[in-house]
Amino acid sequence: MSDLTQLTISQARAKLRGKEITATEITEAYLSAIDRANPALNAYVAVTGDKARDMAKASDARLVKGEGGALEGIPLGIKDLFGTEGVHTQACSHVLDGFKPRYESTVTSNLWADGAVMLGKLNMDEFAMGSSNETSYYGPVINPWRRSRLDTVVMPTTHQGDGGFVSAGGTRTARSLDNAQLVPGGSSGGSATAVSAFLCAGATATDTGGSIRQPAAFTGTVGIKPTYGRCSRWGIVAFASSLDQAGPIARDVRDAAILLKSMASVDPKDTTSVDRPVPDYEAVIGKPIKGMKVGIPREYRVDGMPEEIEALWQKGIAWLKDAGAEIVDISLPHTKYALPAYYIVAPAEASSNLARYDGVRYGLRVPGKDIVDMYEKTRAAGFGREVKRRIMIGTYVLSAGYYDAYYLQAQKVRNLIKRDFETVFAAGVDVILTPATPSAAFGIADEDMAADPVKMYLNDIFTVTVNMAGLPGIAVPAGLDAKGLPLGLQLIGRPFDEETLFQTAAVIEQAAGTFQPEKWW
Amino acid sequence: MSVDLQTVKRVARLARIAVSEEDAKRMTGELNAILGFVEQLNEVDVSGVEPMTSVTPMEMKKRQDVVTDGGKAADIVANAPATEENFFLVPKVVE
Repeated sequence: MSDLTQLTISQARAKLRGKEITATEITEAYLSAIDRANPALNAYVAVTGDKARDMAKASDARLVKGEGGALEGIPLGIKDLFGTEGVHTQACSHVLDGFKPRYESTVTSNLWADGAVMLGKLNMDEFAMGSSNETSYYGPVINPWRRSRLDTVVMPTTHQGDGGFVSAGGTRTARSLDNAQLVPGGSSGGSATAVSAFLCAGATATDTGGSIRQPAAFTGTVGIKPTYGRCSRWGIVAFASSLDQAGPIARDVRDAAILLKSMASVDPKDTTSVDRPVPDYEAVIGKPIKGMKVGIPREYRVDGMPEEIEALWQKGIAWLKDAGAEIVDISLPHTKYALPAYYIVAPAEASSNLARYDGVRYGLRVPGKDIVDMYEKTRAAGFGREVKRRIMIGTYVLSAGYYDAYYLQAQKVRNLIKRDFETVFAAGVDVILTPATPSAAFGIADEDMAADPVKMYLNDIFTVTVNMAGLPGIAVPAGLDAKGLPLGLQLIGRPFDEETLFQTAAVIEQAAGTFQPEKWW
Repeated sequence: MSVDLQTVKRVARLARIAVSEEDAKRMTGELNAILGFVEQLNEVDVSGVEPMTSVTPMEMKKRQDVVTDGGKAADIVANAPATEENFFLVPKVVE
């Protein structure tokens, strides 16, 4: 049988229901792929093989009886931020050492209720703070994509046996892979790498400033951050509560739609979970977009953006136009203030949320001479550099005398950012098209970014506006750059109009195709 | 606005994070880079703009004021570094 890990979720679903394959077979295929690849890619921080086999067995029993759920037997990877009962849940931080919750997050509960199989927990930036997956306590995740170069190869004249293959000589060009290791983006770097490298059929992820969409763009996968309130935050380790949203990373648009339908729900346990039924997102895929109004925001053309990103954006515009959409130029004047406002709001909320890691109730404890000394030593040893930096910024902007100048000002600017979007949507724009990231994947241990934290933050320049305004955004692969690395486009929609995002993303996917890394691991 | 070494040490104390002299020096530079970056927010005219309190306009959900959960003391202390009879153990705080 061909490699089962190559099947998309929709293909696997059909074969499982048609009894051509079993959940156990596909689960075993993924477990052995993880075994072989994880030492090189570091996507998983915990593999739950026994649990996966038990869940697959239960799925097979249900499939035989024709009682399979929407995701019956589909093996998934789960970002380490999601609370999973009795299983490693550490937000890839040292401070949560050994933490195994006695509860299950709502999003993962929904997936298991629909029959999905858990393969393990995925690597991420510590507490989801980072854009390269390098802040993880478990080390960086490696992008399965590598840069390639075009070489001219001289073809010798060869004869192979009697009447066999004859090559006439001359030259041809061939791509060869560069050995430099690249980041998969972050914070959901493990999710993006695992999906792109066929180490799970799909993955859960979370997005506070771009943590689903940027890694999806860096790995040629599809990632959607739904509207704030669409997926329950209950049981997910909190970073910045007014910005955090869960969403899937998948190999194509249809798979992302299938996963989001299962992940999303109305949850009384999360007061910000919105009381609206979850639509069948898959049903809109393939629907024409004729007459749809697509906004192109002029403020997303930033200084120093590579030509290739601009060219990709133009290609996207052309594809949507060809499909009958009406393209309109729009203005979102407060765009440039979204990232600075984010770096006040998100650290402020983080400093408050992360106050709970004190060495008393869970995780790491470093003894001290008194209780305050114990707190300070525990937090000093437990948090990594980036997390400390953000807690410090958050503590500072919330401290007496600075609250109005920083936090209140940022929350006012945030309202202006939201108003920008409301104005264009009120003018009839259905969806906004932008690049997903200002560059392709960069190298591990990039010196510029290590020297200046703001350089790393600029990765989220196109995605962070969406979190600030609580809107849905999807990243969809749209092409490769000159070095053979994937680039993505982003679509931004009205609140709770994920359907238009899937519908439009499917048109881009149809035109651009899907992308797979060349296997080197 | 920018921070000096003393301010960084004070903030670290407020955040309950022990910092060495070297850490504090490094953090001073990093924090000033970030504060310099967010400075541009001051140029935005926010007169008459309310600060955002909720990203989606929605009414706060309320539930009946009744006990819906509980009886899980063992679960709650299960992950604690030090416990005794379902209590969290901490260093002595009162003499």
